[in-house]
Amino acid sequence: MTAVFTGLGVVAPNGLGTEEYWKATCAGEDGIGPVERFDASGYPARTAGEVPGFDAADHLPSRLLPQTDHMTRLALVAADWAIADAGADSPEMGVVTAASGGGFEFGQRELQNLWSKGGEYVSAYQSFAWFYAVNTGQISIRNGLKGPGGVIVADQAGGLDAMAQARRQLRKGGRMMLTGGVDGAICPWGWVAQQAGGRLSTGEYLPFDTRAAGHVSAEGGAMLVMEDAAAARARGAHGYGSLAGYAATFDPKPGLGREPGLRRAIENALADARIEASTVDVVFADAAALPELDAVEADAINAVFGPGGVPVTAPKTMTGRLNAGGASLDVAAALLAMRDGVIPPTTNTEPAPRYRLDLVTTARETPVRTALVLARGHGGFNSAAVVRLDWEEH
Amino acid sequence: MELTLDSLKRILRDGAGADEAVDLDGDILDTEFDELGYDSLALLETVARITREYRIPLDDDAATSAKTPRELLALANAA
Repeated sequence: MTAVFTGLGVVAPNGLGTEEYWKATCAGEDGIGPVERFDASGYPARTAGEVPGFDAADHLPSRLLPQTDHMTRLALVAADWAIADAGADSPEMGVVTAASGGGFEFGQRELQNLWSKGGEYVSAYQSFAWFYAVNTGQISIRNGLKGPGGVIVADQAGGLDAMAQARRQLRKGGRMMLTGGVDGAICPWGWVAQQAGGRLSTGEYLPFDTRAAGHVSAEGGAMLVMEDAAAARARGAHGYGSLAGYAATFDPKPGLGREPGLRRAIENALADARIEASTVDVVFADAAALPELDAVEADAINAVFGPGGVPVTAPKTMTGRLNAGGASLDVAAALLAMRDGVIPPTTNTEPAPRYRLDLVTTARETPVRTALVLARGHGGFNSAAVVRLDWEEH
Repeated sequence: MELTLDSLKRILRDGAGADEAVDLDGDILDTEFDELGYDSLALLETVARITREYRIPLDDDAATSAKTPRELLALANAA
């Protein structure tokens, strides 16, 4: 069974819609700016990647507006676009999304109502709107989907883990899956939580740079339709590429001096795809932008590919890190890179020589047939996915 | 204060939106909430809003027992 991606829907800080995002990304256009969704002037981190020009009422029925957080609205629209792009849907379709916390902005408003006015002022929709499984549920309901539903919570790694779970459902005989992640928590509650995590930059987001000091938080992500290649071929579907390999590992307990798990995740994903490292044309890095984590990632890539042995890029430097949406957006970027034969750039960063990476800092036109996408989650999650342009059985 | 049909429609729109395929301004008094596009959660939200705004002590069971706007108005105005 080969799992092929047949539909894409992108909502990103540097572009609302797949082609808008991709055009901006190849041109190196940034979507990061001062936080506008709330007054962040009193917080150490004051910049974010916010999706531009999104008015939910333009895209969704009014019945859905009182019951959805901003990030769920973005997810519903990304799902609509992915299904439309696939040119088919099926009531048997299932949904597996990645999430971090659920609807923080909605939850904060209702908790404020609870504390300041009383329980009778809390929306009935709080019962699910702030729940981490909300996007899976709302997408299923909106599209009348009866297939298996699920949600993965593994910070940034979850975006890849969700796709792997979707592939498992296809292997069990599922017809089509909608998968990916759209996330965002740009509100005081979400901000405080992220600030407390200790990984937010108070300035720029500069992975693999000597000035690296954390990341910029962002909202958005991508939803993707995944289906069995034989079924996709039978209906004459356009396929962007396959999910050819995947693996996840967990870091050893800190302080033991053992090697982190990222290299094993890469090697296991390559083995799952049954390819050699030399087959990989580009690596989409996790790009944590903290010196220690950047070193871990560079070491893992160099251990597998040799120093400077593979082009590495982090287009998320243009969007910020999207929490559970980030890896899904990277997979979308990898599929588009293969379609157009171009590696999108890592912007703003001046690559530090000590990492010995071939970091792509201006868009590079080159055939891309195989891409490796890396994603790590706070707390030790490592995931790696191999996507390939061809989607015959492998 | 009596709850009127117009007020109920406003509360429904504010709390739960309106289905694009339904004309709330048509003759809806005896149309079931289900047909109007409102599920049980939408009615829970509506009942909570009526309770808050009109100080009418409706419990959650009222939401599920009233099938139409006429029945809900009767319950609210009898409470």
